[in-house]
Amino acid sequence: MKTVITVVGKDTVGILAKVSGKCAEYNVNIIDVTQSILQGMFCMIMIGDVDKLTSSFGDFALDLEKFGDTIDMKIHVMHEAIFNSMHRI
Amino acid sequence: MVNTKDILETISMIDNENLDIRTVTMGISLLDCIDPDIDKACEKVYKKITTTAKNLVPVCCEIERELGIPIINKRISVTPVALLLGACKNKEPIKFALTLEKAAQTVGVNFIGGYSALVGKGFAAGDKELIESIPEALSKTEHICSSVNIGSTKSGINMDAVALMGKIVKQTAELTKDNNCIGAAKLVVFCNAPEDNPFMAGAFHGVGEADCVINVGVSGPGVVRAALAKKSANLDLTGVSELIKRTAFKITRMGQLVAKEASSRLGVPFGIVDLSLAPTPAVGDSVAHILEEIGLESCGACGTTAALAMLNDAVKKGGVMASSRVGGLSGAFIPVTEDAGMIAAARSGALCIEKLEAMTAVCSVGLDMINIPGDTPPEVISAIIADEAAIGMINSKTTAVRVIPAIGKTVGEELSFGGLLGSGPIMKVNTNSPAKFISRGGQIPAPIQSLKN
Repeated sequence: MKTVITVVGKDTVGILAKVSGKCAEYNVNIIDVTQSILQGMFCMIMIGDVDKLTSSFGDFALDLEKFGDTIDMKIHVMHEAIFNSMHRI
Repeated sequence: MVNTKDILETISMIDNENLDIRTVTMGISLLDCIDPDIDKACEKVYKKITTTAKNLVPVCCEIERELGIPIINKRISVTPVALLLGACKNKEPIKFALTLEKAAQTVGVNFIGGYSALVGKGFAAGDKELIESIPEALSKTEHICSSVNIGSTKSGINMDAVALMGKIVKQTAELTKDNNCIGAAKLVVFCNAPEDNPFMAGAFHGVGEADCVINVGVSGPGVVRAALAKKSANLDLTGVSELIKRTAFKITRMGQLVAKEASSRLGVPFGIVDLSLAPTPAVGDSVAHILEEIGLESCGACGTTAALAMLNDAVKKGGVMASSRVGGLSGAFIPVTEDAGMIAAARSGALCIEKLEAMTAVCSVGLDMINIPGDTPPEVISAIIADEAAIGMINSKTTAVRVIPAIGKTVGEELSFGGLLGSGPIMKVNTNSPAKFISRGGQIPAPIQSLKN
């Protein structure tokens, strides 16, 4: 199962390192990363493999989203299925 | 692989445009709980609901968490209780009401619907007793929703039931007058009621349905409005309709995904997705604002019916391809107190009941969540129901009436229910008396369009 992690906020040093560090804690393998600056905002999308997750998906998602608040970034952790379902026939 | 733009679009829909799943409703048949002894029947009902729906709320929360999409309400609909009551020697329907309330609290759902009777062509055993108990049932419970079907295209309109329902609506409001007459907000009178509707107050589990199913109602007026605001500036109405279709497709895909997940995790068959645009009082989640985005100064202006007809049709066309099974009410809702734009239009006088009645001919349901003066006579309420039912009967569509007589208040004042039910001004009603028409009773015969065979 894959998850889509989006990180949006003001650009600062070390965002990628901090978020991927958190993913590593939960044994989430990052398969793909894309990042850009949209209208002055830093915007990163990571695709992670959560098959070997060390906790429940819910706990991982909640923890990462809370972690986002501590570094002033808005983080969403969502199942890939929702995007495939909405944007693919 | 999904591209960045699509991912950000989905997230923006949820974060900024109020996209959510309005309800996951588990339909449960109570036909196997019928018993001549009402206490035994209640025992079976409680056991069946609390066993079947035991995991409904936790599973929905899990899906919510995993997919990142809010599921606002978790609900249950059951077989119309009048069918169970008919078999009981001792007709005390309130016992069923209290049992349903207890079961709803045990499983933690937001609402339970099905305190209902289907009397389109006459009253069977238990029907009248159930209907007469509705005011008491809704005043003594918190989670129960009640509905009565008084007609259909196939059967015509049961005017005896229409006359009775005028009184019942009024009594329900009176018994809950200390709580903003909220009982009447949980009671709806239908013509052509669907058997698989996931939305309250009209949800019940039809007798033709399977033992247990999962039905899902989507929301998303905010998403449609935002899409129109961003992209429709230079479009003609064909283009606007296409844009609404594409947006409705995306909204419904979300509903389909949640329905499939809920169905497989609960081990319960998937019933339908209701292709709905269900507003909430939250800013930016209004059907009226979509109509205004299309080009009306205010909802209620001339042109409202045409714009709503196009919106309703486009929602269905976009949604139907996105789901393997659709049903329920499917279309745009226009509940006045639940829609910020409608509330504003009603307050300013741009929107009146007569215009709302015209709008109901082309949208999903009927006169919904309308506050009327507390001194409105029961026969006027009955006549409102009759008018609405006639629109449904002739046009082979569902129509309904959910009006709230604001006891002790009149035009110019407001009622506030809180939560999804919202608040709104008391609207003027034409008080020329229909008393003689209503007191005649009898049946308006089924129209010629019923003879399709």
